[in-house]
Amino acid sequence: MSDWRRRLSPTGNAGDAVFRALMFGAALLLLLIVGAMILALASHSTLSIRKFGFGFLTGREWNPVKGQFGALAFIYGTVASSLIALLISVPLSLGIAIFLVAQAPHFLARPLTFLVAVLAALPSVVYGVWGIFVLAAFLRVHVEPFLARWFGWLPLFQGPITGIGLLTGGVILAIMVTPIISAVVRDVLSAVPNTQREAALALGATKWETTRVVLANGAPGIAGAVILGLGRAIGETMAVTMVIGNRPEISASLFQPSYTLASVIANEFTEATADIYLSSLVELGLILFLVTFVVNAIARLMVWRVTRGTVGVGMTA
Amino acid sequence: MSFSKRITRTKSIVFSAMMALTLAACNGGTRNEVRLQGAGATFPNPLYQKWLSEYGKLNPNVKIDYQSIGSGGGIKQIQARTVDFGASDAPMTDTELKTSPGELVHIPTVLGAVVITYNLQGVSKPLRFSPDVIADIFLGKITKWNDPRIKADNAEPTLTAADIAVVHRAESSGTSFVFTDYLAKVSTDWKQKVGADKAPQWPVGQGGKGNEGVTGQIKQQPNTIGYVELAYAVQNKLPVALIKNASGNFVEPSIEAVTAAAAASAATTPEDLRVSITDAAGATAYPISSYTYILAYKAQIDAVKGKTLVDFLWWGIHDGEKFAKDLQYAPLPDEIVKRAEAKINSITASGKPLR
Repeated sequence: MSDWRRRLSPTGNAGDAVFRALMFGAALLLLLIVGAMILALASHSTLSIRKFGFGFLTGREWNPVKGQFGALAFIYGTVASSLIALLISVPLSLGIAIFLVAQAPHFLARPLTFLVAVLAALPSVVYGVWGIFVLAAFLRVHVEPFLARWFGWLPLFQGPITGIGLLTGGVILAIMVTPIISAVVRDVLSAVPNTQREAALALGATKWETTRVVLANGAPGIAGAVILGLGRAIGETMAVTMVIGNRPEISASLFQPSYTLASVIANEFTEATADIYLSSLVELGLILFLVTFVVNAIARLMVWRVTRGTVGVGMTA
Repeated sequence: MSFSKRITRTKSIVFSAMMALTLAACNGGTRNEVRLQGAGATFPNPLYQKWLSEYGKLNPNVKIDYQSIGSGGGIKQIQARTVDFGASDAPMTDTELKTSPGELVHIPTVLGAVVITYNLQGVSKPLRFSPDVIADIFLGKITKWNDPRIKADNAEPTLTAADIAVVHRAESSGTSFVFTDYLAKVSTDWKQKVGADKAPQWPVGQGGKGNEGVTGQIKQQPNTIGYVELAYAVQNKLPVALIKNASGNFVEPSIEAVTAAAAASAATTPEDLRVSITDAAGATAYPISSYTYILAYKAQIDAVKGKTLVDFLWWGIHDGEKFAKDLQYAPLPDEIVKRAEAKINSITASGKPLR
């Protein structure tokens, strides 16, 4: 047995060594793929990076006729629609998951769990078509007039009501990520040891107090679920583009049309012929990559701080 | 024992399957099969697929594939010589032609049109629009349905003070190009502020994804206006507006009116057939229409493939045209067929004409 093999596998088993090498290769491949993607995106967008520099990030104009490109409106649309989605879907998903794990009667829990899984797997174009024909009309007729009437003093809910815009984009994203988040949270909560629940109940905790203990225990997993949902929200293309109005503008009102990074790439890439146009679209892809990266990093950081906090609370409670 | 036997049997099955495949491949070779690959515009795709299937029935040894990846992709692919022919709704620009590795010819195949559709309660007759009114609606200058300039063309008592909501295509599309090309011709304001493009910076409105997205948003929201392909509007029975053409007549979009626009522009169509026929003269011409083209190299590298391509194109602009109407495309007028014939005849391989 040679020295290197011994080093690779302390037990000296050849099978172990091969297994280890394969796993190492798989991990390395992942790094290589990510690296290659960033490299390819960067190299294909050099033209627009050189021409617009940092102005690309702060530019609001997107005009293929004049060859003037800026990404700010798309970055705003992506971040804002994802935030709206999380604002709606996180509480909803937690509620669904808690209900399924702790409260639902047996005959309901199984079919509901199955339904959530089906919704999570539904293709996004189906959501998009439903979004145009059902959701947009519902928001236009019922929700947006209500918001305008009672919260119209906020700039968020002013302007013409069309049913197509940032709010609708956010809501459809919320509907799409809710099944994912709730499915994962459900798994996380059912993985919390029953001894925790029993301990809480034995101490005389109410159902709500017990739930809080369980939630605190599952906090890192719940955060992971939220990040997973956020990832889908940021990258979602088809469904959003069908209801968001596709207008590269930053407006204070949620009723106004907006545009996301993923949507504009999908919409304009196939027909873009001018080099600077193509290069700008690829740079949007690079930015999408970075936005995903930064948002994930921030989310992880928040999770890390929150979980430290809540675990403490959970233990003292 | 039995395990090793099973392996031997599997091996022999795999081996015979491979043999069969090899034989099949040889068979294909002996029949002199010619394969052509094309890619490009999505708009004529239904017609081209029909052509391929009909032409395939007549010529079983010819296999042509067409991938509708978009006009931009079609131009890129033919420039890279990865396809035998490209297809584009808008003719290639001078710069695009210059950067191509060889001289390309434009063969017009059929015509399409863009129609104005709307969702307005209580109007009894199709709406009528003058060109400057359409431009100003899409520029955001005319914002109410009861604007005096809309009323001037429409004697509708039900036109109210409702806001006009504009819907345009979200993604780059030849449909948007034809529409904005028309607006740039009829409005200097549009030409300066927006221009003609597959994905211009729209001054107002919301974007719908594809013809179906635009239609969906218009059907769902009252007081909207937008544009879609003629074929799509006919198949979905959408309300369409009459548009005042260059001769001052309000024309309903129809296949005949589109062919008439092409015929009226024939005299001014340049030799290379790259032409915009929006705002065409002619009493019955519908003003928002355009050709769609197949792009091919004038000097073909492979004589056999070149001959096949030339025969297919010839068949397309003659026999193929009869399939156009059923699919809601307008066939080429006779003058243009003659000129397209000349273009097809100019294609050569090693300096020899292929027809």
